[in-house]
Amino acid sequence: MIYLNKNISSLHLDILKEIGNIGAGHAATALSTLLNKKIDMTVPDVRVVSFDEMMDMAGGSDNVVAGVFLRIEGDAPGSMFFVLPLKQAENFIRALPGSIVFNALETPYNELALSALQELGNILSGSYLSSLSDFTNLSLFPSVPMLNIDMAGAIIGTGLLEVSQASDFAIVIDTALNEEGQSGDSVNGHFFLLPDPDSFQIIFKSLGVQVHE
Amino acid sequence: MNKVLEIVKVGIADMNLVKTPNLIRTSGLGSCVGVVLYDLSAGIAGLAHVMLPDSSLAKGSAFNSAKFADTAIKELVSRMLAIGAKPTCLKAKLAGGAQMFQFSTGSDLMRIGPRNVEAVKKELAFLKISISAEDVGGNSGRTIEFDPKTGKLLIRTVNKGERII
Repeated sequence: MIYLNKNISSLHLDILKEIGNIGAGHAATALSTLLNKKIDMTVPDVRVVSFDEMMDMAGGSDNVVAGVFLRIEGDAPGSMFFVLPLKQAENFIRALPGSIVFNALETPYNELALSALQELGNILSGSYLSSLSDFTNLSLFPSVPMLNIDMAGAIIGTGLLEVSQASDFAIVIDTALNEEGQSGDSVNGHFFLLPDPDSFQIIFKSLGVQVHE
Repeated sequence: MNKVLEIVKVGIADMNLVKTPNLIRTSGLGSCVGVVLYDLSAGIAGLAHVMLPDSSLAKGSAFNSAKFADTAIKELVSRMLAIGAKPTCLKAKLAGGAQMFQFSTGSDLMRIGPRNVEAVKKELAFLKISISAEDVGGNSGRTIEFDPKTGKLLIRTVNKGERII
């Protein structure tokens, strides 16, 4: 299985990057329409990381984040996260038309605010997945996205369960979205796509790429 | 002169040992379970950050023993005995095993938290190690820190503050 091999070829990495590019590109467009603002995205980063490194990508396992998690079902199962730092989650909710003031640092969280965040995750991951599905011709369905505001380690740990049965490393396709021209208080979220171990072969095959053993 | 306290950090699917006066910590426990084994009289403690209940879930031959409840606890006990803990003095404290996301149609993996807790308890019972305190279940992440000198486990959560068991 290529998955267990830490040295996957650069061709394979490029393909995964392209997947991140297309998916996040569509998601960025959706976010831009939703907020009526220009959204930038970073060049996707595809990395083979240990579980601890994966936590570091989300700001450390202690870091409190708003995470939308969904399972991808269908031909190539996997897990997907849209992770927003708390500050950015607040900014997003404020940016919505007619929004209430939301202080994410105060509990209990406002139900409307949580629902808005969940919907954000829903829209973004939905556009990511449907473009991925068109690109690969695979049928992929998202589960209902779930939102939780908690430590990054606790949230991302859930998505690592499938992978952890097969290895100690995960292949992560990471793309960040930023509001254009602002670094401080912009909507700055990360997409993490974690295909299940067996899904890589399916994805590569669907794109006509030989998987060497 | 006070010696500077060291805090030993344990990553996900990892384990480590500590001796007084140092502390041991693991952060971001979600569905994972933090298992602390300690021998107060020897001032030795071990912490494992367990991810999955049973090593039979492992696909492939080589695996990291700290990842699974059954193998992690066995390994932790043998490492502690090797540095001078006494088998009869060993006690355990547990934290974690939360369910971070409620899925209506999830696979078995989605209720992994309770299964992890169950598996840890089964293994501890098998090894005749008693559990002196636990804080498991719920749906919040936990960061835990253990002091082998006092035997106290500090549990920090995002929404419910801190408590000591």
